[in-house]
Amino acid sequence: MKRTLLTGNGAAAWGVRLAGVDYVPAFPITPQTEIIETIANWIDLGEMDCRMVTLESEHSMITAAGAAAATGVRAFTATSSQGLLYAMEMIYTVAGWRVPFVMVNVSRGLSAPITLEPDHNDILVARDSGFLQIHCATCQEVLDSILMAFRLAEDEQVRLPVIVNMDGFYLSFTREPVEIPDADAVTRFLPPFDPENICFRASAPVSEAVAVLGGPPYSYFRYETHLASLNAVPVFAKIAEEFAQAFGRTYEAVEAYRTDDAELVFVIMGSFATKAKDAVDRLREAGRSVGLLRPRLLRPFPNGDIRRILAGKKGVAVIDQNLSMGMGGVLHSELASALYGQAHAPPVLVSFIGGLGGRDIGPEEFYEMASVTRKAVEDGKAPAPRLLYTEKELREVRKLQAIAQVERENLGQNQ
Amino acid sequence: MSETVFKRMKSLPSAHLLGAGTSLCAGCGGLEALKEIYDILGEKTVIVNAAGCMTLLTIYPFTPFRGSWLYTAMASAPAGAQGIRDALDILLHKGRISPEEDLKVVVLTGDGAAYGMGLSSTSGAIERELDFLYICYDNEGYGNTGQQFSGATPHGARTSTSKGPRGFPGYKKDLFAIWSAHRPSYVATVVGAEALDLARKIEKAAGLKGPRLIIALSPCPTGWSYDPKETVEIGKLAVKTGVWPLKESINGEVVHTKVPHKRLPVEAYLERQGRFAHLFSPQRNKVLLKEIQARVDAYWERVSQPTLL
Repeated sequence: MKRTLLTGNGAAAWGVRLAGVDYVPAFPITPQTEIIETIANWIDLGEMDCRMVTLESEHSMITAAGAAAATGVRAFTATSSQGLLYAMEMIYTVAGWRVPFVMVNVSRGLSAPITLEPDHNDILVARDSGFLQIHCATCQEVLDSILMAFRLAEDEQVRLPVIVNMDGFYLSFTREPVEIPDADAVTRFLPPFDPENICFRASAPVSEAVAVLGGPPYSYFRYETHLASLNAVPVFAKIAEEFAQAFGRTYEAVEAYRTDDAELVFVIMGSFATKAKDAVDRLREAGRSVGLLRPRLLRPFPNGDIRRILAGKKGVAVIDQNLSMGMGGVLHSELASALYGQAHAPPVLVSFIGGLGGRDIGPEEFYEMASVTRKAVEDGKAPAPRLLYTEKELREVRKLQAIAQVERENLGQNQ
Repeated sequence: MSETVFKRMKSLPSAHLLGAGTSLCAGCGGLEALKEIYDILGEKTVIVNAAGCMTLLTIYPFTPFRGSWLYTAMASAPAGAQGIRDALDILLHKGRISPEEDLKVVVLTGDGAAYGMGLSSTSGAIERELDFLYICYDNEGYGNTGQQFSGATPHGARTSTSKGPRGFPGYKKDLFAIWSAHRPSYVATVVGAEALDLARKIEKAAGLKGPRLIIALSPCPTGWSYDPKETVEIGKLAVKTGVWPLKESINGEVVHTKVPHKRLPVEAYLERQGRFAHLFSPQRNKVLLKEIQARVDAYWERVSQPTLL
């Protein structure tokens, strides 16, 4: 098969093109812009029969995407970080509309301090919204996930919007060899959108997203959304199986790497899982029985797969590229919730925070995390969450602070 | 206006499309205007609503509308209209729906959204020349939350966040001018009490393409503190005193459609409303009354001398 060098953003744009998307409401934000630039260019060249409109904010962009999906077209949009948060009112709202569309989020750390580089605090803010979430580790996975995401969103058992998440820079701007699927094969896998009853038409007036009075109707619709989200676990499995048959690439809700005979397992999301995989290989070479678990689906949370894969393991190291202030790693909490009280659950769950704002996690840090987890297993007790940081990094920041201090003093003398 | 079908009051629609029995307040001037507007627009519409009083028109599982409805959020109803209009155009263009299935896309918001939080999305929609109609029911405050002052509140009015002796210290924002500065296809002011003027404007707007925006002054018995039966009278007084100029702008040219040649003093309008009672008792606030009158006079002075505009 022919493979093309594509960035994560380029792969996303190809996914949108192959999915036969009708409508792209957009708003630019780094590091997402290449996606909408690529699509805009294809539309201008007549290579995509699609309408794109630039809104004046992400809040409006999500409103337009949801409203268009509610009218019965296949819609796509993309954002990142501050944009996702600016849109957050509508993220929750359009999920409640039960409209299927797909959004790519290119993860980027949240302000303050403002940064362009990635971590997962942005996407986790959308965790409880009703959007489903697929997290990618490679550029190929970004393209393929968009195709699967449309199937998932539009499935009559689901009917919810889906976020496909990739890490800024590490995926968005990194070229990897990507197989661009055959357009006809994609159409067979993902036929044109049939909105059925999701539409505004003169002959079939409908009121959508109306107010409710009181808790019972409110709870009814909120529960419905939750149950629809849970439906997405088996539906995703079915779609992934069809995808594997059509294209030969398998995407399970949870990626398990060398876990079968592992005693310790790293758990990590997104592109840094590829770094963790490399560390697993090296640790294996050194005789350590270590594996890796990567949740691809974050919502719905694949509790069953995670319990099954981790059953009987001695220790788990959860590496969170996010920080819930005053608590710790979000994925760690999710894992604890999934595993607590389960038969054969690993007795020790160690929490590490790293990779914030694009900070790398080096191989030696993975080895260290494996050692800390090994020791925790021996002690039978998990240590407090560890914030990954090196002496060298601290020295560099102290240096910046010293420069700032000197500058301030000098300026003060000059006044 | 020679082409209008609405020659006289008797030619206004006699059958009404909007259902009764909604949860809105008795005497709601916004609902009065909306009823008149909906009769003319008809049921082949989708109303895109922003948070406000009218959001409570549709409460699951009831609706007074024969056409469609989508509630969005406070700030982004025009963006919802964008999504629906674009989607309908795509479906028409790709032959996936027949032209008979098309809908008029109508944004319905209060002044809280129109004058403030929703201004950015409205500006964007006009700039993109979205083919839609925007109806703002302007009850001059955040009515649904208990009439706190908004950017639409007139100078001196008592609101639940301006209860002092001088009332609201700010001045009503000129939304007509803000919208007009974007050069949309059509901008107009209306009031439900002047039904014929309203009908002609909605008729005209419905016949145009592009962004068309209507501000309906909406006398509000609950927020303005008067007897609900006086809504029509107060609406008429707003026009007769010159406080609420009825006008329209087509491609930038402003025309006043009902000029009160013998304007009544503004007091005739103000004294009927509890929100201005502090201007009259315990003693007359002559300074403030004079200022309000002077601002109205200055407006009409500019109208009579277009070179000043």
